[in-house]
Amino acid sequence: MNITLQIWRQDGPDRPGGFKVYEVDGISAEMSFLEMLDALNERLANQGDEPVAFDHDCREGICGACGVMIDGQAHGPQLGTATCQLHMRKFENGATITVEPWRAAGFPLIKDLVVDRSAFDRIIEAGGYITVDTGSAPDANLTPVPKPVADTAFDAAACIGCGACVAACPNGAANLFTAAKISHLNLLPQGQAERWTRTENMVEVMEEYFGSCTNHGECEKACPKSISIDFIAMMNSDYLRAKLKNRRLVAQ
Amino acid sequence: MTLQLDARIPAGPIEDKWENHKFSVRLVNPANKRKFKILIVGSGLAGASAAASLAELGYDVEVFTFHDSARRAHSIAAQGGINAAKNYKNDGDSVFRLFYDTVKGGDYRSREANVYRLAHESLNIIDQATAQGVPFAREYGGLLDNRSFGGAQVARTFYARGQTGQQLLLGAYQALARQVADGSVKLHTRVEMLDVVIKEGRAVGIVTRDLVSGQVSNHSGHAIVLATGGYSNVFFLSTNAMACNVSAIWRAHRKGAGFANPCFTQIHPTCIPASDEFQSKLTLMSESLRNDGRIWVPARPGDDRPSGQIPKEERDYFLERMYPAFGNLVPRDVASRAVKRIVDEGKGVGPLHNGVYLDFHDAIERERRNVIEERYDNLFEMYERITDEDPYEVPMRIYPAPHYTMGGLWVDYNLMTTVPGLYAIGEANFSDHGANRLGASALMQGLADGYFVLPMTIGDYLAEFLNQAPVPTDDPVFDEARAGVEDRVERFLATRGSRTVDWFHKELGKIMLEYCGMSRSEPGLNKALSEIPALYEEFRADLRVLGTAGGLNQTLERAGRVEDFFELSQAMCLDALRREESCGGHFREEFQSDDGEALRRDDEFSHVSVWEWTGDPGQPQLNIEPLTFEAVKPSTRSYK
Repeated sequence: MNITLQIWRQDGPDRPGGFKVYEVDGISAEMSFLEMLDALNERLANQGDEPVAFDHDCREGICGACGVMIDGQAHGPQLGTATCQLHMRKFENGATITVEPWRAAGFPLIKDLVVDRSAFDRIIEAGGYITVDTGSAPDANLTPVPKPVADTAFDAAACIGCGACVAACPNGAANLFTAAKISHLNLLPQGQAERWTRTENMVEVMEEYFGSCTNHGECEKACPKSISIDFIAMMNSDYLRAKLKNRRLVAQ
Repeated sequence: MTLQLDARIPAGPIEDKWENHKFSVRLVNPANKRKFKILIVGSGLAGASAAASLAELGYDVEVFTFHDSARRAHSIAAQGGINAAKNYKNDGDSVFRLFYDTVKGGDYRSREANVYRLAHESLNIIDQATAQGVPFAREYGGLLDNRSFGGAQVARTFYARGQTGQQLLLGAYQALARQVADGSVKLHTRVEMLDVVIKEGRAVGIVTRDLVSGQVSNHSGHAIVLATGGYSNVFFLSTNAMACNVSAIWRAHRKGAGFANPCFTQIHPTCIPASDEFQSKLTLMSESLRNDGRIWVPARPGDDRPSGQIPKEERDYFLERMYPAFGNLVPRDVASRAVKRIVDEGKGVGPLHNGVYLDFHDAIERERRNVIEERYDNLFEMYERITDEDPYEVPMRIYPAPHYTMGGLWVDYNLMTTVPGLYAIGEANFSDHGANRLGASALMQGLADGYFVLPMTIGDYLAEFLNQAPVPTDDPVFDEARAGVEDRVERFLATRGSRTVDWFHKELGKIMLEYCGMSRSEPGLNKALSEIPALYEEFRADLRVLGTAGGLNQTLERAGRVEDFFELSQAMCLDALRREESCGGHFREEFQSDDGEALRRDDEFSHVSVWEWTGDPGQPQLNIEPLTFEAVKPSTRSYK
């Protein structure tokens, strides 16, 4: 395959950026999108140009490190697929493909296609855990969890933290990411003790960094794990209840 | 032999050793723990669980990861599950049986006392993870489900769909995040460790490079913990993530830490075969698939009919034929070699004839499709995305690929390396898996080390340094290490040769896979040992790294990692050459039985080979830790 790439190049956050056009030929349809970028980088290095920087690691769609806008779509055209699992057979021979970094105020650019997603860690630090010191856990089968509950919690827990939901959102909102973690923990019996403080704290840290959700639903479509926006509804409902419950708890 | 290899195995019967040891180690009282600074490199299962647990105890912890977040470490990609001797299935499991299976699975090349402790702590891991909210698979009654895995005849594997590693890592990452929010852990992201600092024989700090700013910094602590994973990427094509590397433990090795059994590498039988020369990595398909999938090839070599048109009687279900007792569930090393043998006989399937079928047709008929979907759907989807073939309709094609390294830094029972104050945990150490790791045991070991072993044992070393400040970072030992790091970075940039880092890495990988991969021989290893230094010379003279050191430069990062692989690969070949026996993942063609099975030589090689750095990667010094077996009597492994 022969393709034309239009790639965003930018040396650093304070440097000017712009699209550069690269013609790449001899691409195999069996290559993944990132292997195609590897091939481009080999050629750039051989001709003395600095390779394109991009985040990636496991190349199995699970670590969440990779992710770029491909023709305006987070992770590209294939539903439920991270950039590393997208293959060139999904593109036409002769296509022009535009590649950009995640574009969101909450994800400042570092270089080329690499952005800083550490705001996600701040959200988790605000309450995305269950407080249980090592060694203090009771026997695992002490608390049965109904299978549908465990399965739904898992559907939420499948989030890989890639940031596609934020990049796809017209408002740059991180509601799907935050809702996924809140729902995972709030659904389980083990997560009940901290349910209301967790919800309030995580939502509030989320709002410090990211825009507001207006129910476009782009996040669900972009999510490589196809996490449902139903979890955002659950989060919103828990947030409202948390506001009341937490006040009552404080009053006591 | 100049290394002190005192394994410090506690006295008493095997069941009591760990309890005895916990009682005999020195403790640090809770109020004093905050006076000790511990530096942890790596944030995978072992690193994150250790950091969280040590911080909960009150230690002052700093964590370093080269990822952008602690959640990205490659533990996340583990699919199948985690073993624990809970015996929830009432099928005869026990701590002793898990211990026995692990020692046997490791082909009697692991340290008994460590393995027993691992089996014992497996019980606590499941409790801990469940309390953290890890969504393990459950039965309809709400209790935890189990499945069986290679090398075991009981169902003791806990799993979370095909994403067990992800869910366990997120549990540990969240426990770590709680400590970060609390201020008990300082987390450095996008920071890579480039050297260990030693003063008067003890590890006192590390030198790091900030991957975004390029800033090289010194960090000082009372103890250093390396939780930096394995080195399968020495083969270039492996199931490891792209950034996995040996550098942290190799740099420690160069500073005096003994490197144990470098040739013990695991080739995983069920990976998607390579499709072309541009392939950047190989993708694992969980071993759990062998529970329901049947492995076969056409009985006649060169039979190119589509799989569906080959009648049952013209198929060779070769694992079931060769190993009737364990069938498709033989351990990984046995399965990998059988697959290689069959493909070498010309019976390989697929366009490049480089795989065998893993077929779910019978399981789907027996169990109904929705049951199979529930168990493996994400794996089936991943397979389809990569190959464009639907495994519900046509069989998967699989072939072995480098996956895990049992070798690593030598550690004693306390998980301390031969350098006092320097610890290695998880895949980075060597201790628990011998010559072959059983499936679903890596997660178990990483978490046992991090949650339950290191937090107990590290106090024994620290207690001696109460009220002593760590060595200041402006001490000359730090300047020296830092200068070494800076010079090396400069050297890569100044070489201005003509070949890229990836080119050298691929060439090295080809040599290693050919001569030090699934099957090894004296002439082959000697060939590798002559080719690698020549290629390394070329690397030093003709490497091209563009850009600068003063910012994000991904090629520069890789250059250092590949250079360390060049040195490691020589130790691997030397170790493989010297170990004149076949055991576990190490198969020497000269040592096999008439029917091609591994021939172990306990009289001469029942020991750990511990290599010591001498300054010349081609001439390391050998040290020996003899292995003794009291609880399990070594026998020829048979899965027939």
